[in-house]
Amino acid sequence: MVIAVAILCALALAFGLLLGYAAIRFKVEGNPIADQIDNILPQTQCGQCGYPGCRPYAEAIANGEAEINQCPPGGEAGIQALAALLDREVIPLNAENGEVKPKAVAVIDESTCIGCTLCIQACPVDAILGAAKQMHTVIADECTGCELCLPPCPVDCITMEPVKQTVMTWKWPKPDHSTQAKSKTHLN
Amino acid sequence: MNFFRRRKSLNTQIAHDTAWSFHGGLVLPDHKALSKQHPLKKAALPPQLVIPLQQQAGGVNTPLVEVGDTVLKGQKIADSKNPVGAPIHAPSSGKIVAIDERTIPHPSGLPAACITLATDGKDTWADRAPIGNRYSELPAETLRQAIREGGIVGLGGAAFPTATKLTPTHPIDTLIINAIECEPYITCDDILTQHFANEIIRGIDILLRLLGAPHCIIGIEDNKPDAITSLQHALKAKPDDRIKLTVVPTRYPSGSEKQLIKLLTGREVPSGGLPANVGVVCQNIGTVYAIHQLVMQGNPLISRLVTITGEGVRNPANLEVLIGTPIHQLIEACGGYQENTGQLIMGGPMMGFTLEHDQLPIVKASNCILVTPKTPEIKQEIPCIRCGACEAVCPAQLQPQQLLWYSRSGEHEKAKKHNLFDCIECGCCDYVCPSHIPLVQHYRYTKSEIKTREQEMAAAEIAKQRFESKTKREEALAQEKEDRLAKKRQQLEKKTKEQHTDGGTKQDAIQAALARVKKKKDAQDAPKVTEPASEPATNPTDDTPTPQTAAERAAAAAKRRAEKKAQQSPATNPTDDAPAPKTAAERAAAAAKRRAEKKAQQSASTNPTDDALAPKTAAERAAAAAKRRAEKRQSSAHRGPS
Ligand SMILES: Cc1cc2nc3c(=O)[nH]c(=O)nc-3n(C[C@H](O)[C@H](O)[C@H](O)COP(=O)(O)O)c2cc1C
Ligand code: SF4
Ligand code: SF4
Ligand code: SF4
Repeated sequence: MVIAVAILCALALAFGLLLGYAAIRFKVEGNPIADQIDNILPQTQCGQCGYPGCRPYAEAIANGEAEINQCPPGGEAGIQALAALLDREVIPLNAENGEVKPKAVAVIDESTCIGCTLCIQACPVDAILGAAKQMHTVIADECTGCELCLPPCPVDCITMEPVKQTVMTWKWPKPDHSTQAKSKTHLN
Repeated sequence: MNFFRRRKSLNTQIAHDTAWSFHGGLVLPDHKALSKQHPLKKAALPPQLVIPLQQQAGGVNTPLVEVGDTVLKGQKIADSKNPVGAPIHAPSSGKIVAIDERTIPHPSGLPAACITLATDGKDTWADRAPIGNRYSELPAETLRQAIREGGIVGLGGAAFPTATKLTPTHPIDTLIINAIECEPYITCDDILTQHFANEIIRGIDILLRLLGAPHCIIGIEDNKPDAITSLQHALKAKPDDRIKLTVVPTRYPSGSEKQLIKLLTGREVPSGGLPANVGVVCQNIGTVYAIHQLVMQGNPLISRLVTITGEGVRNPANLEVLIGTPIHQLIEACGGYQENTGQLIMGGPMMGFTLEHDQLPIVKASNCILVTPKTPEIKQEIPCIRCGACEAVCPAQLQPQQLLWYSRSGEHEKAKKHNLFDCIECGCCDYVCPSHIPLVQHYRYTKSEIKTREQEMAAAEIAKQRFESKTKREEALAQEKEDRLAKKRQQLEKKTKEQHTDGGTKQDAIQAALARVKKKKDAQDAPKVTEPASEPATNPTDDTPTPQTAAERAAAAAKRRAEKKAQQSPATNPTDDAPAPKTAAERAAAAAKRRAEKKAQQSASTNPTDDALAPKTAAERAAAAAKRRAEKRQSSAHRGPS
């Protein structure tokens, strides 16, 4: 009897220790749901959602503190993806957060730029190059189009230019009646 | 019987005509006689050639010439640094008159950069250095380099740089020469073969040496008896037991690479794989001729045969055309348009795309200009009846009706799993669908959607990393600043103690600021009591600097400002302590501000120290940011550039 109790106690202790160890050893870093949400967000880092970047917004959604319709750059597709991930209903984009706009990149008018570095400080993804008192340029490929560099510019020399469609970036249109005559085979 | 045949070695297998077949496909009315009734001729030298800088799959060239330069025929005028590339050469001698954006023949109808060359009528060649018969002694790499420098791209449709294709990742035992020309109406490969069979056989020898391959199979459809005879003669005149000629039944799309490899060797290129995976390289017969011309004559790729055909043209024919020749001139050379014309198509009736007008140049990939007699009537599309006709003809063995479903519903993952990217866009499914559903268009659309989405994901990943590294850097900086300020504060406290007797007004200002800050801080901290400190994930603002530090920083700033105000002239700019948005929290504020600008302007008259505090609610944030901006606007007027 005593032995049995002792063995059971020993076992309990052993497993307890094992579980405790496992909890530490195999601890999941971070917040996996937030990670998954973050992977869906467009990473424009514009703050329009009301959070200082996509990651904080992802965490707010994961914690049930924010709705899934607050990210304008993600657009309808983003909301759909979030709804699918979280098994929620698709809701329209919250107009208070802004509207869906075509992708644009910031362009600095280099003749007007005074080299104040304010835009460099504002850019969330380090897409602006330049040094104090030298004109700055935007690395178009890295610019997310967040528009955060616009307000700090003291001489208003930054504009958002819509990304021009080229032969390289062109996509086939969604099929409809207007495109059908062009696409069906031409063999009669 | 078949069973035994399949087990024999490749050499004996290919002695028989087609031992294998591919799934599906269609026997189509071929309309090929149309363009074969007139002999091959050279198109006249046009006054201007417009040469798009993008001629090959996946790369744009950079011009090597400037407007005003005179160039000679065959001189390199554009190249790219991309190893997978093919330079462009002047198709004739003359003067460069423009380098600008012009509409190019592309399904998008969009403009792209082009070089415009005004020809001088002399057609003077630049110095050419043909390799000649020495090719058999040269190392493969030298030949490959020559093929790249000669601007050779695949002439079978995709215009893929040939030198890259001839740098296979796997050992190659069979070179397949694609003389199939399976699309209706097109006859340029047929005519080319009839005229230049000997050159083609020599071209094959060059390629076999380059690849170190022991076998070559020329695949040709049985509807080209003249071309077959020409090839047989050439092989008789110069016997080569490495080369086999295999005649296959006419069936669209047997000219498509994967289907042709299956048809000629029985091997199946795996989904997503390349012919090299099964020991094969496949080249169009026109490409082989171009390689011959380059090696033996030193001619870079500056011209090609083009079929000008269709019931909408008076005298359909095949023409030898300089790259850059405008299409309208080729139509004129063929007697002009018929009374009734429908669509102008580049390529064949199955794979081609419509052109808006004929003021467009021929590019390296243009094999055919087709003018239909009438615009096809748009047949009313009705829902899919699941008849399975599309599946029966699909040469890629896909389930087109299923792919249509996934394309329509935007189920990209499922479409991918059902091998959407194996679809060769041959149009067989479209052709047979009784419901008139434009199936291929759905697949093209979905493919480009998936590709764009994948590119966006990749870009987002980069943006995320850049954002994270910036945030980390900023946090480190903020920490440093804070430490500095803390030190300063200690010193200041010491100092104020010493100055206690005479600093009445300063002291008051500092005390007032500190009291305000404390009040605010208490208010902020109060709701946090219920939240255990060990659960940071529950706090949405956690990626911003922690509240204590923010408050501390604010306090320090307020103090510093108070001190400054007291010590310095009252004209000092209040925004000195509130620089442009720096931290992540401030950035969100800046964005929120845009939305709530109006609201914020009303509250812009609140206490000046407020904006130095880490804003908490969206409204507060917006107010603070808007105010910063308002202040900045005022101040920048006085201050001017710093
Ligand atoms: C549906 C379809 C039909 C094709 N038909 C032909 C053809 O008849 N002749 C040809 O040379 N290439 C044809 N191609 C292109 C071949 O798949 C392949 O790209 C080409 O033969 C490679 O040779 P190249 O790089 O020298 O052009 C076809 C492709 C597709 C998708
Ligand atoms: S609105 Fe969207 S893109 Fe902008 S920061 Fe928020 S989650 Fe990121
Ligand atoms: S052929 Fe047309 S109607 Fe028939 S199953 Fe395919 S898509 Fe549906
Ligand atoms: S277009 Fe694609 S789906 Fe349709 S038959 Fe051809 S390979 Fe199959």
